Amino acid sequence: MNTEATIRRQIPDRLGTPMKRLLASWEVLLFCVAVLIFIANSLASPYFLDAWNLSDATFNFTEKALIAFAMALLIIAGEIDLSVAAIIALASTAMGAAVQMGVGTPGLVAIGIGTGLACGAFNGLLVAGLKLPSIVVTIGTMSLFRGISYIVLGDQAYGKYPADFAWFGQGYVVWVFSFEFVLFLVMAVVFGVLLHRTNFGRHVYVIGNNAMAARFSGIPVDRVKFILFLLTGLMSGIAAVCLTSRLGSTRPSIAQGWELEIVTMVVLGGVSILGGAGTIAGVVIAAFVMGLVTFGLGLLNVPGIVMSIFIGLLLIVTIALPIVARRIKHARGA
Amino acid sequence: MPRILKRRETLLAIIIIVMIAGFATRAAGFAEPANLANIFNDTSILIILALGQMTVILTKSIDLSVAANLAFTGMAVAMLDAAYPGLPLALLIVLAVGIGAALGAINGFLVWLLQIPPIVVTLGTLTIYRGMAFVLSGGSWVNAHQMTPDFLNLPRFPVLGLPILSWLAIAIVLMMWFVLTRTPFGRAAYASGGNPTAAVYAGIDVGRSRFLAFVLSGALAGLSGYLWVSRYAVAYVDIAAGFELDSVAACVIGGISIAGGIGSVIGTVLGALFLGVIKNALPVIGISPFAQMAISGVVIILAVVFNARAEKKKGRIILRDRAAKETLA
Repeated sequence: MNTEATIRRQIPDRLGTPMKRLLASWEVLLFCVAVLIFIANSLASPYFLDAWNLSDATFNFTEKALIAFAMALLIIAGEIDLSVAAIIALASTAMGAAVQMGVGTPGLVAIGIGTGLACGAFNGLLVAGLKLPSIVVTIGTMSLFRGISYIVLGDQAYGKYPADFAWFGQGYVVWVFSFEFVLFLVMAVVFGVLLHRTNFGRHVYVIGNNAMAARFSGIPVDRVKFILFLLTGLMSGIAAVCLTSRLGSTRPSIAQGWELEIVTMVVLGGVSILGGAGTIAGVVIAAFVMGLVTFGLGLLNVPGIVMSIFIGLLLIVTIALPIVARRIKHARGA
Repeated sequence: MPRILKRRETLLAIIIIVMIAGFATRAAGFAEPANLANIFNDTSILIILALGQMTVILTKSIDLSVAANLAFTGMAVAMLDAAYPGLPLALLIVLAVGIGAALGAINGFLVWLLQIPPIVVTLGTLTIYRGMAFVLSGGSWVNAHQMTPDFLNLPRFPVLGLPILSWLAIAIVLMMWFVLTRTPFGRAAYASGGNPTAAVYAGIDVGRSRFLAFVLSGALAGLSGYLWVSRYAVAYVDIAAGFELDSVAACVIGGISIAGGIGSVIGTVLGALFLGVIKNALPVIGISPFAQMAISGVVIILAVVFNARAEKKKGRIILRDRAAKETLA
């Protein structure tokens, strides 16, 4: 890793004009891609441009994007959490079990979010407290959290959620704007401010660029990392509430494979998988791109597993492109 | 003697023996040689996969696509066998190894030449390879009656009391022991993971070692694809779903450091057997098979904690900044 780290970022002699930099930024490029996909979709199907149809399309990405915001911070800080989808499964199972005991809607939301926080704290304790590598730890907890769901549920399912619980996943705030979509927008602003306008966000970048320098600068590295895992758990809990409410039932295989799509969303949003760089705006646009791509493929009747090929390719290509581009630039410069 | 006792492999072997003895008190037949041979045969595919995974992890990488590779290759050879029953079995097996190696080479290529982090590459190819298995088969199954008898019977065929599947696992264990301890590639793999910078100065092409490790892991996954399909006599898109985690778990339990450079073949084999014994014991002691996932999770976490402590004890204060990093981290 050391050799790669040294060539990772270079400080240019001269920055371009602000306008030029903006136009060349990943976010603008991604935005153009989103517009192109939007146009392609509206050409592919005459029903695409309907307001309610677009509103339905947002359900494709809102829950994943909620987690992606927290995951972006985690990846910028140089860690990763592969257990997010398993946290959804466990939180959803906890809520399902509570329903059987007659817990009402406020209690269910508290249980879902509480389970998410507890799982996040467990991950944070193992990574920040015991200094273990986050990739293996969260592979382990991914197996553990979903495994507990399997122990509780086996091949059964929980249902019979109270009628007013359905609002979180199926309700609308005003007109076509669903609760989930509004929550997505609010959280985008919250995480944008947290990452780009607070000391905490600054610390996240510093840790991702050089954890050792961060420590020498007096940044509480372990505490920041713990809080980030807690945040990721919290967002997974919130996503679990939304998803469970939308589906109205819980199976242990709920949200299977989402961790991949969430990491893809974050990386597609321009967050460096090596840590230290990325923006929330990028993740927001990436969420739209992935939502539009999967929705468009759905309109074309493409099966879900084939869509996952596109997601996988998207992940690899978006990471490979800047590397190849930089290599070509280097070759020309040398 | 105390040094042997302190070794990870010895400890793990003792734990496994104690576990078997414990299970035998609940179910009398559990420790019978025939049952133990069954467990070994049952764990053979995991052993083969885990040895490939181990080589990749030694070079400071990870291969999450092994199970998807297995599913695609298994599907490909099963469909070939069903469509052209005349094809010789040897050709199909060579094809399985070849297809697997090619898929592994794609991973290795992306890691070596584009320097994309292995976890990202293989998370991507995991979905791509399994998606390809769906595209290839159109979602349909290849069932036992469509496959030729030779194709199905080879792994089951008993030689000297053990099925060929078990003998194959033993042969691959020996081969991997030789490759990792007695060849330049093995040495390069350990060096590339242990200290990539030093490896470069020692004239080792770290990227190339990683590439070869991925090709090896892919080839073993491809072979496992044939073995899986013929052993379970069915091929469908979702075979071995999530099995990549078992292969990582076997390595972590066996003392392979996820940071690279540390671990032995025998450790990996014992790690796989540890999981195999638990898996076979659950129904015997009356625990739902649904508990297996959670147990694997707990075991992975415990093994990581244990590994981190074992690695820390060494206190390698060779370079000053390295030492500073270790006291701080």
